[in-house]
Amino acid sequence: MDRKRLALWFDRKGWSDILILAPYVWLLLFFLLPFIIVVGMSVGTKTPTAPPISFGGDYPLINLQGYVRTVADSLYFRAFITSLVSAGIATVLCLLIGYPMALGLTRVSRSWRNILLMLVILPFWTSFLLRVYAWMGLMGKSSWFNAGLTSLWNDIVPASWAVEFVPMMHSNFAVVLVMVYTYLPFMILPLYASLERLDPTLDEAALDLGSKPWQVFLDVTLPQSIPGIIAGGMLVFIPAAGELVIPTLVGDASSPMIGRVISDQFSAARDWPMASAIAVVLLVLMVGPAVLYSHFQAKAEGSK
Amino acid sequence: MKRRHTFLVSMLAFGFAFFYIPILSMIVYSFNESRLASVWGGFSTKWYVSLFSNKQVIDALMLSLEIAFVSACVATILGTMAGIALARFTKFRGRLLFSGLVTAPLIMPEVITGISSLMFFIMMAQWIGWPEQRGFSTVTLSHITFSMVFVTTIVQARMLQSDRAIEEAAMDLGSKPWEVMRDVTVPVIFPAIMSGWLLAFTISLDDVVITSFTTGPGSTTLPLLIWSKVKLGVTPDINALATLMVSTVAVGVAIAGVVMNRAERRRQLDEQMAFRANG
Repeated sequence: MDRKRLALWFDRKGWSDILILAPYVWLLLFFLLPFIIVVGMSVGTKTPTAPPISFGGDYPLINLQGYVRTVADSLYFRAFITSLVSAGIATVLCLLIGYPMALGLTRVSRSWRNILLMLVILPFWTSFLLRVYAWMGLMGKSSWFNAGLTSLWNDIVPASWAVEFVPMMHSNFAVVLVMVYTYLPFMILPLYASLERLDPTLDEAALDLGSKPWQVFLDVTLPQSIPGIIAGGMLVFIPAAGELVIPTLVGDASSPMIGRVISDQFSAARDWPMASAIAVVLLVLMVGPAVLYSHFQAKAEGSK
Repeated sequence: MKRRHTFLVSMLAFGFAFFYIPILSMIVYSFNESRLASVWGGFSTKWYVSLFSNKQVIDALMLSLEIAFVSACVATILGTMAGIALARFTKFRGRLLFSGLVTAPLIMPEVITGISSLMFFIMMAQWIGWPEQRGFSTVTLSHITFSMVFVTTIVQARMLQSDRAIEEAAMDLGSKPWEVMRDVTVPVIFPAIMSGWLLAFTISLDDVVITSFTTGPGSTTLPLLIWSKVKLGVTPDINALATLMVSTVAVGVAIAGVVMNRAERRRQLDEQMAFRANG
C-alpha cells in the first residue's frame, strides 16, 4: 500500500519536485551559502586566531572597517580604479577588433564561415593559462617578437631614444594586451550571433535609397547590433575586471588589480574581513548592473 | 561594397594572426634544443622526453582527468535537471531565486567564487567536522557547482527550441511524467546534454583559480602544476606540454565537429524521410 502511494506521489508531483529541488538545493548549499558566509565575514574583525576572524566578545559584532577601507585606503581604491580602467580599455579594444571580425564572418561564404568560426572557438577550448603563457614567451625581453619590435622602434625613432628591448612584461599594457587576447572570442561570438540574424535586404534598401556604405553601417547595421555589443561587452568586462591569473603572471606588482588584492589579503595577509569586503564591493559593482540589465532585457522581451 | 569587404577580410586576417601567432611560436619553441626560451639552439624533442618521464606531470594530469570526469558527470545530471525544470515549469515557488542562482555563477569573478568556497569549507570543517581536509572531494564539489550552470544554460536553450507537442502527445498516450522525460525529452535534447558534458569537462580541466583555493596538500591538478611553474618564468618543457594540450584539443574539436555535423545531417534526413512517409 505504502509503495503504491509512493509511486502515486512520484508520478503526480514527486518527479517534478525532485527535478527542481536537487539542483536548487545544491546551488543553495554550495553557491549561495558560501556567498552568505563571505558577506558575514566582511563585517567581522581580524584576529590572530584560527580561523583569523571574530564576531562579538571583545570585538564589535558588526565591524564595517573593511568597507570603509575599500574607499578610504588609497591602495584598495587605486586597485579598483586600475581594474576598472584596464578592463574597460580591454573591452573597447575587443570591440574594435572583434566587431569587424564578426561582420567579416557574416560576409564570407558558408563553408569558410564554419571553418573560421571553429578557429575562433578553438583557442577558447585550449587552456586559458597556456594562452597567457604564450604571450609571456612573446613579450619577454629576448624573444624574437620583442627583438623585432625593438629593431622596428630603433629604426623609426632618433638614435637617442633607442632601446635595448621593449619593456612589455610586468606592465598594465601587458595585462590589457593579454586580456584582449584571451577574451576576444567572448566578444566575437555574441556579436556574430546578433549580426548574422540581420536582414541583408535592409542594407540593400538603404544603399538603393542613396546611403553610402559607411552610412548604411552607422544607420542600419550598428543600431541593430547593440544587444550583441552589450552582451559581448559584459562577457569581456566582468571577468576581466576580476581577473587574477593575468595580472599575477604579466602584471605590474606595484599597481595590482583588485582580483590580486583580494587573493593577497586572503592568503598572504590573512585579513579575511578585508578580502570579503572587497569581494562584496566588487560583486556589487560588477554583477549589479549585469543583473539589472538582464532583468530589463527579459521584461522588454516579455512585453513584445 | 567591394571596398568594405577588403577592410573586413584584412581585419579577419589580422585577428587570426593575433590568435594563432603566439600559439605557433610556443609550438615552434617546444622543439628548441636550447634551455633558454629565447635562443634557437636547433631541433630537439628532448623536452617531450623529459615531460613524459616526469612523474609529477603524469600524476597531476591523471588527477585533473579524474576530477574533470566526475565533476562533468554530476554537473551534467544536475545541470540538465535544472535546465529542464526552468524550461518546463514556468511557475513554482522560488523560481526567481532559482534562475538567479543559475545565472550568478556565470558572471561571478572566479576569485570571489574561489574565496567563498574556501571559507565555506573551512567553516564547515569547524561546524560539522566535514571536510576533514581539502583535496579531491572539495575541488570536485566546487567544480560541479560552477560548471553545472553552463550545462543548464545549454540545455535550457535547447529545451526552449524543442517542440512541446511531442511531450504532450506522449502524456496523452498514457506515459507517466518521468517516462515522458526518459523516452521523449532526454533523447530529443541529448546532443545538448553531450555538449554540456563536454563543456563542463573542459571547464573543470582548465580551472586554476577556484582549484587553487579549494585544493589541499597533495592534490595538485595539472593547471595548478603549470601555474606554479609558469609563475617562475618561461620554460621549454611547459612549451612541450602546451603543444601537446593544444594539439589534443584541436584534434578533439575537429572530430567532435565532424561527428556532430554528421549526426545533425542524419537527423535532418530522418526527419525528412519521416515527413515524406507520413505525407
